[in-house]
Amino acid sequence: MTPAPLGRRLWTTLPWFAALALAALAGGPLIGSTHISLRRAFDTAIPFADNVDAQIFFVARLPRTLAGALVGSMLACAGVVFQGLLRNPLATPFTLGVSAGAALGAMLAITFNWSFAWAGVPAAPAASFAGSLAAVGIVYALARARQGGMSTNVLLLAGVTMNAFFSALILFVQYFADFSQTYRILRWLMGDLDVSSYQPIVTALPLVVLSFAVFAWLARPLNLLSLGPDSAATHGIDVTRAQRAAFISASLATGAAVSVGGPVGFVGIIIPHLVRLMVGSDHRVVLPASALFGAAFLIGCDVVARTALSPVELPVGVITALIGGPFFLWLLVRKS
Amino acid sequence: MRLLVSMIAAACLAATGGVPASVGYSIPAGSGVAGARSDTGPTRIISLIPPVTETLFAIGAGPEVIAVSSFDNYPPDVAKLQRVGALLDPDVERILSLRPDLVVVYASQTDLRAQLERAHIPMYVYRHAGLSDVTATIREVGTRVGKGVAAVRLARDIDRQIDAVRTRVAGLPRVATLIVFEREPFTLRGIFASGGTGFIHDMVEAAGGANVFADIARQAVQATTELILARRPAIIIELRSSVATEADQRRELATWSGLGALPAVRTGRLYLFADQRMSIAGPRVGEVVQVLGRTIHPEAFSR
Repeated sequence: MTPAPLGRRLWTTLPWFAALALAALAGGPLIGSTHISLRRAFDTAIPFADNVDAQIFFVARLPRTLAGALVGSMLACAGVVFQGLLRNPLATPFTLGVSAGAALGAMLAITFNWSFAWAGVPAAPAASFAGSLAAVGIVYALARARQGGMSTNVLLLAGVTMNAFFSALILFVQYFADFSQTYRILRWLMGDLDVSSYQPIVTALPLVVLSFAVFAWLARPLNLLSLGPDSAATHGIDVTRAQRAAFISASLATGAAVSVGGPVGFVGIIIPHLVRLMVGSDHRVVLPASALFGAAFLIGCDVVARTALSPVELPVGVITALIGGPFFLWLLVRKS
Repeated sequence: MRLLVSMIAAACLAATGGVPASVGYSIPAGSGVAGARSDTGPTRIISLIPPVTETLFAIGAGPEVIAVSSFDNYPPDVAKLQRVGALLDPDVERILSLRPDLVVVYASQTDLRAQLERAHIPMYVYRHAGLSDVTATIREVGTRVGKGVAAVRLARDIDRQIDAVRTRVAGLPRVATLIVFEREPFTLRGIFASGGTGFIHDMVEAAGGANVFADIARQAVQATTELILARRPAIIIELRSSVATEADQRRELATWSGLGALPAVRTGRLYLFADQRMSIAGPRVGEVVQVLGRTIHPEAFSR
């Protein structure tokens, strides 16, 4: 873990991931259920109001691609951080109850027709973010209550239990929903990146920047934490502080991602493992590579979701699992 | 979470027979009569299906109705009747204890149907279909309850109402219409629109509209912004079951400015109906086609 090889490893791996992410960002808006002419889309001689191609490109596809990049990279990084924090390869951004809390919030908003808007954010995403915060708060308080520090075992058990508890509450709330609401809830749970404006992305941006800043700082502590809390402490790491930072930042990133795109499954578990299989387990490489690869992967899955059965659309969460699962297994078998 | 998704999916499928019923109740093409029948017609009817309840009252069989579903609220006379659950949660015990001699059930309520069959209680089984089946169901229900003449008269009135609208809009250019059943409040996310089947699609087409998703053979389509932009609706009609305040309705319609280049948004042809008639394939479909006709082709009704 000397600095020189790290620099070389970053230089030999990250450009590839960056190129992939850029290719996805550039290619994503070009593909869709309808055919558009790029020349027309960028023709400034045609007024925007009359330019259907430009509208489809800038109003529908571009925000959707950006939302995919944002959600994909945040879920992938949150997965890396949770797996490092809990020292458990099966951990996902949704393991500790964040997504169940978010789902409960969204469900309440849908079922009871809440119509408030908070700082320009409509009820369902705002309530889902509030729900994720509530879940995080409860789990965090539980993990802190047992000992002075933070027990990752308690964290894990509390998180899994909260997941089950929130799921029960969701079913309870769902009982009060009518059919159309039930269907909306179901679709929300499958994830959807059709944000239809830049507003949700802009609103989530401060949290994204904050989380990524903490992730950058976390890379080294996470490497040492993977040796166990005691070894990490002997290397001069304030273990509790690092754990707390990891838990809060990854939870906030997950909450923001879910409020933008719903609980898109599989990205948070598959991308970290794929990236580790490709670049090793040093978090200083894994984290940025996961951010880039997660963005590219989710944009790609969304392209498939909106074109495979066009004009009808599949939920992106279905595609992430359908594509990601077999690919992951193939890589796993090949590597071993 | 995955378990939850599959559970809700199963509930949805069970609820709708595989088709997402984004508009409350679906469409009748009644069929199937089980059990014995008296000559005078049933005198203790339980209806779990709002459009059939409405029909029973409209043809004069209202006094024979002893209980209805938890979703029934028309005509006002149903307010004092007992509630026996609905599609997903029929209260079998209460239904049996009321000793009905006819129960109107959904085709997809297989458990309930099996139980009623075992108890030898006659049933009328209601099935999903389009606008033309509404009057067929009315006639069938009428015959079943011994009010055949009144039912035929009602069906003929409805057909006449619809034909009158068809005649008025005949020859006029058909207006590209987007029919929205559902979306997230105050955003353009999670939009469910009418596809090319179902009585609401039929009503809009009868009123001189051209459903922009007519080519998609489903009742409900999840319409992305791209799809809506590409189909360029000239008029957007939103149907809601719950009644919002007028300010909320204005705010909801203003949300469409996010797709400001749509012909419908530019010309301001955006309509939101918080009108329960719109989602019930019952005796009031003729009135609804008139409302839709006046909305889509006001010029045809001003002369």
